Amino acid sequence: MIELENAAYTYGGEALLTDMTLTLAPGTFHFLTGPSGAGKTTFLKLLYGALQATEGAVRIFGDDVTGLSRDQIALMRRRVGVVHQDCQFLDHLPVAENVALPLTVSGQATPDQVDNLNELMGWVGLHGKFEALPPQLSGGERQRAALARALILSPDVILADEPTGNVDWEMSQRLLRLLIELNRMGKTVMIATHDLALIRAAKAHVQARVLRIAGRTLHTAGADL
Amino acid sequence: MNARLADTLALLKGDQGADRVVPPSGFTVRLTLLTSAAMAFLTVFALALSLAAGRLAQDWGEELARASTVRVSAPEGQMMEQVQKVLVVLEQTPGVASARTLTAEEQRALLEPWFGPALPVEQLPIPQLIEVRETPDGFDADGLRLRLQAEAPGAVLDEHSRWRKPLVAAASRLRLLGWVSILLIGAATGAMVTLAAHAALAANAQVIAVLRLVGATDDYIAQAFVRRFTLRTLAGAAAGTLLGMLAIRFMPAPGAVDGLLTGLRFQGLQWLWPVLVPVLAAVVAWGATSTAARRVLGDLT
Repeated sequence: MIELENAAYTYGGEALLTDMTLTLAPGTFHFLTGPSGAGKTTFLKLLYGALQATEGAVRIFGDDVTGLSRDQIALMRRRVGVVHQDCQFLDHLPVAENVALPLTVSGQATPDQVDNLNELMGWVGLHGKFEALPPQLSGGERQRAALARALILSPDVILADEPTGNVDWEMSQRLLRLLIELNRMGKTVMIATHDLALIRAAKAHVQARVLRIAGRTLHTAGADL
Repeated sequence: MNARLADTLALLKGDQGADRVVPPSGFTVRLTLLTSAAMAFLTVFALALSLAAGRLAQDWGEELARASTVRVSAPEGQMMEQVQKVLVVLEQTPGVASARTLTAEEQRALLEPWFGPALPVEQLPIPQLIEVRETPDGFDADGLRLRLQAEAPGAVLDEHSRWRKPLVAAASRLRLLGWVSILLIGAATGAMVTLAAHAALAANAQVIAVLRLVGATDDYIAQAFVRRFTLRTLAGAAAGTLLGMLAIRFMPAPGAVDGLLTGLRFQGLQWLWPVLVPVLAAVVAWGATSTAARRVLGDLT
């Protein structure tokens, strides 16, 4: 799915991440951890082409990101669902339209997608919030709406950046269960989090690999978490 | 070509989705409408000025090319004789196509603006005018003057070109200035739309980031802005043009005197010219917004 080969990212002459090699195989479940500011978000951005590696290579679905045009990157993003910590929406459109936005921008918004949307909204527990505007949602609802939006095009890979950062423990468990369920459906999942309790909770349900960013590079964490 | 055509059709038809993803913003809408209306209004006037100046230059130029006048002043008794002599001289002059004396009615019409309609021309000692039409080669004015002096001392050759030439030049220059003004107004419209589009793109940075994140292509995002600004400019310019045309239509009637101020109007098919103004304004807005959007989007990740 996504491969990194000796990839490095340098910004303003300062090496933020160096010498990272990793292969995300289809259907795997990864946690990405590390202290705040270690570069977790930067790493995820490399994985969906928002940033380009300054050294080495990042291949997404077999294509080297540096060789992709802006339009090709846009098309690639339709196959990668991204959930941000501070998920942003189009605040003037109701939640349902925001969740359906990937369909709209890819020209796939047809009436027969309505069932799909209904099902997805129900699955993330936002059934009563179709007409609400994003600013009216709670933190947990925003995260779930962002997850639904990331899933509507049925992507192969889901990248979540601190999806439980703004929500309480119970809600974070609920989000985790949704992500584990997706993984069981065959999706590749990568969750960046500094919440070790969340990782421990997941390990009971899914075989997860834990990656850690420290010393400006990527390590495979021990099994002692 | 087909892709361009498809783009244009999509622009006209409007993609409900693309249009909705950018939040409506009242302030820039009103400013764009107002400015494009004002620009279109000015363009209509510049257009009327150019066309009027062009007409004037052409009319005067034509008259200048072919007409001169011989004015015969003589005591009552000698008038007929001198006029006959002048006509004979003119007939013999190479380069004169025809010569005829103006009738009393025509002379009265010439004087009417100054003396009113009831002037008894016949009883006044006014000079007799002879209209001279030239062949394309023209005649030797100095030679003709000398001959007239010898044969009919009361006759004076009046070449219109002497005083009309600078007027024709001025009218031609005025026409040029009118067209330059139209070009400048067009450029200013483009600059204004570019600024407004930049402001809108900057104000909607979050919207653009969200759209990029969910896989929208640059074309899709740009189209939402381009369509909005193109249609706004079209609407504003249409209103401005309409007002400008009404203003020109209800200018005081020109009457018989042909001058620049009273000639500030459109004639016949010339009324089609201002109709092009909103279309051209929309084309300018389309180009300016497309360029602005692509430049701004190209700088984003």
